[in-house]
Amino acid sequence: MISRVRSLRQWAVGRYGADPLHLLALLACFTLAGYAASRVVVAGIWVGFVVWFVGAAIIHDLVLYPLYAVADIAVRWRPWRRVRPSAVLSHPPPWINYLRVPLALSALLLLVWFPLILRLSQDGYRRSVALDTTPFLGRWLLVTGLLFAGSALAYAVRLRRRAPGEGSGPGSRPDDPPGPGQG
Amino acid sequence: MRSHPPPGPFRPDFWRSPLRGSWLTSVFGLVLLVGIPIIAITGLLSYAAYNPWLPGNDTTPERGLLGFYFFDWPTWPAWLYRVTQGIHVILGLTLIPVLLAKLWSVIPKLFAWPPARSLAMAVERASLLLLVGGAVFEFVTGVLNIQLFYTAFPFSFYPAHLYGAWIFIAAFAVHVVLKLPRMVSALRSRSLRRELRTGLDGTRPEPPDPDGLVATRPAEPSLSRRGLLGFVGGGSLLIFGLSVGQTLDGPLRRTALLAPHGRMYGLGPNDFQVNKSASAMGVNPMSTGPGWRLELAGTDLRLSRAELLALPQYTYALPIACVEGWSTQQTWTGPRLADLARLAGAVPGRVEAYVESLERGGAFSEASLSARQVADHRSLLALRVNGADLSLDHGYPARIMVPNAPGVHNTKWVRRLTFRPPSG
Repeated sequence: MISRVRSLRQWAVGRYGADPLHLLALLACFTLAGYAASRVVVAGIWVGFVVWFVGAAIIHDLVLYPLYAVADIAVRWRPWRRVRPSAVLSHPPPWINYLRVPLALSALLLLVWFPLILRLSQDGYRRSVALDTTPFLGRWLLVTGLLFAGSALAYAVRLRRRAPGEGSGPGSRPDDPPGPGQG
Repeated sequence: MRSHPPPGPFRPDFWRSPLRGSWLTSVFGLVLLVGIPIIAITGLLSYAAYNPWLPGNDTTPERGLLGFYFFDWPTWPAWLYRVTQGIHVILGLTLIPVLLAKLWSVIPKLFAWPPARSLAMAVERASLLLLVGGAVFEFVTGVLNIQLFYTAFPFSFYPAHLYGAWIFIAAFAVHVVLKLPRMVSALRSRSLRRELRTGLDGTRPEPPDPDGLVATRPAEPSLSRRGLLGFVGGGSLLIFGLSVGQTLDGPLRRTALLAPHGRMYGLGPNDFQVNKSASAMGVNPMSTGPGWRLELAGTDLRLSRAELLALPQYTYALPIACVEGWSTQQTWTGPRLADLARLAGAVPGRVEAYVESLERGGAFSEASLSARQVADHRSLLALRVNGADLSLDHGYPARIMVPNAPGVHNTKWVRRLTFRPPSG
């Protein structure tokens, strides 16, 4: 009996490519998900649901990722890199993350709160809250401004702290040409 | 075929981040492994909080077996729903950067070539479609809903968010079962403490891994692992700090700069968060004026506001806690629902209440309260708040206030109460 189970298991591993428990776990997952999907059909909302669900599955990898990857390449692309106005600044510490971080955090807030910031949910909001969405754009800009100001301050502190005459050191790495998918 | 993938992202050397690797993915995975179940459980609890087994309360009547866990939602502690739903929404918002980072960290896997090396891999990848689709679907529908961006939805929010959640939970559970051992071994492969002490100079790619996450042709790092973790954590902290205020009272509420329901109305007794304004709900001053009467169904009693104010009045500080995650505690005054039940000839504890509002067309113009909710001594037909008459937007002439009930069940502009035996 035990040997039969073992041979069945080996057969499954050979044919299926993994332990039979792997298949069982996945079948349990599809059963529950399938049942929930059947409720979507009964609720009569399946068309919109499927469109949104598939959209949700690809929006990060095929829309958001290309957007922020290209944005990252764009902020690192410096056609003016040969223009060096002063000798003091000829080897500044890497600045890229002082731009990236506030930019990305501001974009993150916009990604989450764009219906309020861009006033797209104005109708529903006014009906519900009895106020309008006007302040949110200003608030987002305020936070964005503070993020950039904080970043600039941090960079200035870093510049000041550098001992005079110190070379660029390992910090010059971000000047390397960027490739796609770089983090 | 394996040696000749299509060009672009299907080629392993397309992906050049020196930070991607099993350890990094596992760190994000661990955070989500802790956070997602908390969001799921608080979300499922929120459904139970509606007491969907009472007539008219179920927003998803086609739920079938998925309501297996319902129970009589307690009235004590009064702040429970405030906490669970606040966690559901604020923790969900806070984990958005972590979810994005996790998706970023595994993106080369989407383009793995060949798409499946075995039947097992094909089946598992199908479950990943449900995992990623379910996760992003839940986060997006939740985030849009709390901003009242209903016009974006091609479906009603409640069924979509609930059934999407179950699909996500199914895929999440199997993903955890299949990947937990790998996550543990990957986390053990590097010391978090050492990573947090390693700057850009010492940042090297992770060793080549069987998962295919580590770049085959890594670029020079421009950010340390420590920097990336701080960046993602900072994003979470930023979203949290700008939204958590809408669950708090007092001066900290003003910190909710980017949150839909942390608004200031003024300093008066009625100046606190409104959800569903009177004008939008078709409630006008005519119907709430001196001619208004509270109808106690099954009796001849039609009580004016003065008559209600002549009943014994009780005052309790009770929170309004909304499914959209915001909450605020105010001090409410009015007769007890239990006293009104007695007036209608019923015995508190043995009757449910069916509450009907003057509002027109709203999804919650009617609600049922359980026998337990009716009998709780803090359950009020509130007439006043913070020592003043209710404002029209807060439900004048009278609204329900039940401890620990979801906000939508604290019906405003009540016109009729029906006390009836439990529906079983």
